[in-house]
Amino acid sequence: MSATLIELEKTSGTEPAPAKLPRRRLSRRALLLLSAAVVWIAGFVFLHGTGTLALPTSELTDLHRSLNHFNSWVASNRDDNPVFLYLLSPLRSAVDAVAAVFTTVFAASSIGLGLPEIGWLGTVALLGWIAFAVGNARVALLTVAVFTFFGLQGLFVEAAHTFALVVTAVLLSLLVGLPMGVLAGVSGRVEKIITPVLDFMQILPTFVYLAPLALVFLIGPASAVIATVIYAAPPIIRLTAHGIRGIPENTREASDSLGTTSLQRLFTLQIPMAKRTIVMGINQGTMAALSMVTIAALIAAPGLGQVVVRALQSLDVGTAVNAGLSIVLMAIMLDRVTTAASERALPATQRRRSRVSRRTRMIVVGATFALVLMLVQLSRTMLWAARFPQEVNLGPAITGGVDNASEWLQTHLFLLTGAFREAVTLAFLNPFQTAVTETPFFIMFAALALVAYAFGGWKLTALVLACLTMIIYLGLWGDAMVTLASTLVATVIVMVLGIVFGVAMGRSSRFDKLMRPVLDAGQTLPAFVYLVPFLGLFGATRFTAIIAGVIYAAPAAIKIMADGISGVSPTVVEAAVASGSTPWQVITKVQLPMARKSLGLAANQGLIYVLAMVVVGALVGAGGLGYDVVAGFVQSSLFGKGLAAGLAIVFLGILLDRITQAAAFTAPSRSLSTAQPTTTKEA
Amino acid sequence: MRKTSVLKRLVPALAGAAATALLLSACGGSTVNQAAAADGSKTACGTVNVAMNAWVGYTANAAVYSYVAKEKLGCNVVQKDLNEQIAWQGFSSGEVDIIIENWGHDDLVKQYITEQAVAVDAGPTGNKGRIGWYVPPWLAKAHPDILDSKNLNKYASLLKTSESGGKGQLLDGDPAFVTNDEALVKNLGLDFKVVYSGSEAALIQSFRAAEKNKTPLLGYFYEPQWFLAEVPLVKVNLPKWTAGCDAEPEKVACDYPDYTLNKIISKKFSDSGSPAAKLVKAFTWTNADQDSVATDIQKGMAPEAAAKKWVDAHPQQVDAWLK
Repeated sequence: MSATLIELEKTSGTEPAPAKLPRRRLSRRALLLLSAAVVWIAGFVFLHGTGTLALPTSELTDLHRSLNHFNSWVASNRDDNPVFLYLLSPLRSAVDAVAAVFTTVFAASSIGLGLPEIGWLGTVALLGWIAFAVGNARVALLTVAVFTFFGLQGLFVEAAHTFALVVTAVLLSLLVGLPMGVLAGVSGRVEKIITPVLDFMQILPTFVYLAPLALVFLIGPASAVIATVIYAAPPIIRLTAHGIRGIPENTREASDSLGTTSLQRLFTLQIPMAKRTIVMGINQGTMAALSMVTIAALIAAPGLGQVVVRALQSLDVGTAVNAGLSIVLMAIMLDRVTTAASERALPATQRRRSRVSRRTRMIVVGATFALVLMLVQLSRTMLWAARFPQEVNLGPAITGGVDNASEWLQTHLFLLTGAFREAVTLAFLNPFQTAVTETPFFIMFAALALVAYAFGGWKLTALVLACLTMIIYLGLWGDAMVTLASTLVATVIVMVLGIVFGVAMGRSSRFDKLMRPVLDAGQTLPAFVYLVPFLGLFGATRFTAIIAGVIYAAPAAIKIMADGISGVSPTVVEAAVASGSTPWQVITKVQLPMARKSLGLAANQGLIYVLAMVVVGALVGAGGLGYDVVAGFVQSSLFGKGLAAGLAIVFLGILLDRITQAAAFTAPSRSLSTAQPTTTKEA
Repeated sequence: MRKTSVLKRLVPALAGAAATALLLSACGGSTVNQAAAADGSKTACGTVNVAMNAWVGYTANAAVYSYVAKEKLGCNVVQKDLNEQIAWQGFSSGEVDIIIENWGHDDLVKQYITEQAVAVDAGPTGNKGRIGWYVPPWLAKAHPDILDSKNLNKYASLLKTSESGGKGQLLDGDPAFVTNDEALVKNLGLDFKVVYSGSEAALIQSFRAAEKNKTPLLGYFYEPQWFLAEVPLVKVNLPKWTAGCDAEPEKVACDYPDYTLNKIISKKFSDSGSPAAKLVKAFTWTNADQDSVATDIQKGMAPEAAAKKWVDAHPQQVDAWLK
């Protein structure tokens, strides 16, 4: 989710850390945290069951009822309100037109045979060539291989639809995001205003605004694209702003001393120097766009997402996995291509010198372009090059294999998994949830305020109290606490995995290489794909929802930890080894303490990613706010409650994000030296 | 200078490539133009937009309707995957013409048929919808008296799970489903808690696992549903439904009524006089018909192929719709 939010802080200045102080009495912060725990436990013991503000699932508050009118208001105003007539309708037509261009070029035209302008052979060649031109030969090969594989899976047309949608959404996100990002980078005031808006756009569950969106922008590509843009634009804006802000002060001053105007400075210095970060923003935006594929399918957007959603109806695991695999491959391909592009965007002096000269490269690019044109023309005229041959189809083999595997797992592992689920639920989840939900709200207020004060002073405390008050106002305190409990349990699991795998990956680059694709898959495989087998293994329970959250969130935490550990200076590690430390001592005494910042960052991102899965979790039995959101999406009489629940998730997210950020970054460092993650691989 | 030299090399290369492409396309294999020419013969019935709601029974109805409209009337059928609420919204924006299996939805009927007058009821599909509480067959066999709601409290401890907070668990499904279960549990004095699984997939998967692993489960379910052909769930008898017993949602203490499933079509489409509109009004079949098509789809047959199979086997019935 807001992976980028943190990166802003991550690379910014590191204050010199004091040398390790001798152990003293408890610090002020520890005392505050301890008292928060005491308040909470005492409140639970003496007052539990009172002031829990629980609202039964089927009941509404007056606020929810009044929010219900929003939908009918839109319906009755769509035809004559000037905002709809002169702003939203033209916008829809414009977006539709752009989407139609890409769809007819790559996926399908609406006339005749429904063949696209460029057939499969042309698409493969053209995209491979683009990957080569912006990146390198390796990613070009990857692109060609991945798109050919879509054809072999029997999903070329669906993949092309998805690709067209993602490209449209990313282009529009850039159109909106780059100027906004530049503005936010140049002006601190704009950034202050825009940050909470971006938080909203990223945390508010799509299910909340999907139905109104389909009402305003009608069912079709426009709504799907706009829903995707809402989610994909924020990382682009944040990273662009960050890139511009991150330019060293002295460089700026040097340029100012030459008498450049601010506009000149922007175009000759700031944007060129921020290029690499901006391309990273495009990378993050593309990943975000791809993660909306299954959601877009719910408002009739064609493509791979639709295959997944339809397969879920009949619990067809094999078909869902086949399409999910395509989505993962597309994500990996887009990620590698944009990463390669961002490396190429580095100033030539910082780049590794390549073996081929610039000139030779240009000639190869030119010559291959001619070949591409030829293949495109071929795919426009010959049927075999236009439509992927049906004879070679690995789809059924993949589907069948996965079906058997999932069946086997569910038959043979059920007793084991069932027992495991019961143990975890009864030992951890239930007691913890009771402690959170049964404690009176004012006690939770006090405890959380103390925690906030410990980490961030009065300012953070005020923010946390405001968020909590909003949740009460929305009438969903009880459900919010259910969600909070599951989220925290999931985050603990994520952190354990993050530390274990992160340390292993940070210490061994071979293991790192092995794990990366697995982690990419975990982050990009649509949850709908693995929900069915998990339901078979763990039943419709909160536990299943937690597992889904962990699968999505753990890769981010693991990657951050791995980067942190591998960023620890090798000389320090060598010194520790030389002085006779065991590997265990090196990890616990040197590497983990030095990667302390990464630990905080991983916890923050873990939480935010887990929170992003709250709605999906509700589809497998999580209840809480996620269930309210889903219910609001599917029942018009519950729309208001769903909207309120979506807002409550936002406030919960902002609260958790700010507290963990404060804990991770403003901490007076007790570590040996500044352990700063140096590499910024995609988080 | 460097740029011009690259350009110099590029131009002849491009020209050569273009010439080769033209040459290649002139020989061998069928071309796109030929295929397009062979395809372009369709009569005018216009375009029909069919909403596709997310359950297999619905897909069966829609598949058979689409097949007949396409093959016998030459219509251009556009299927749109939408959930129920958004499909109804589509009537007012003119993007949906047909919802081919509708389960009640009094609130939407009021909003779109009575108030906005953009949709009309196109008559029953012939399917009877039934909602209730079900148990897996093994449980019904092992404890026959569980099938009476009066005895349910006896089994509360058996049906307890990690999710139900010490009480028996009653598993509910998708939030879109019509349900009175919370009120029922309260008003029948049952020591149960309604646990929301959150989706149809979760509900079906839970029942499937319960039957396979012989674990106890009580849950909300409904027919017609293809899953009942795979695992014949057994219905628990709640106090009998009588007219008006469910008038006040908070005080319901009786079983669900039988639902007459119907078709809803947009007003504009209904008035258009299109043969496709006539067809949808005439479309009726039985639960058994739907189950047979739905089961074929469920077993992996493409909806279109399953529809063709059924249509080929029931020519008279299809002819009656087209009259």
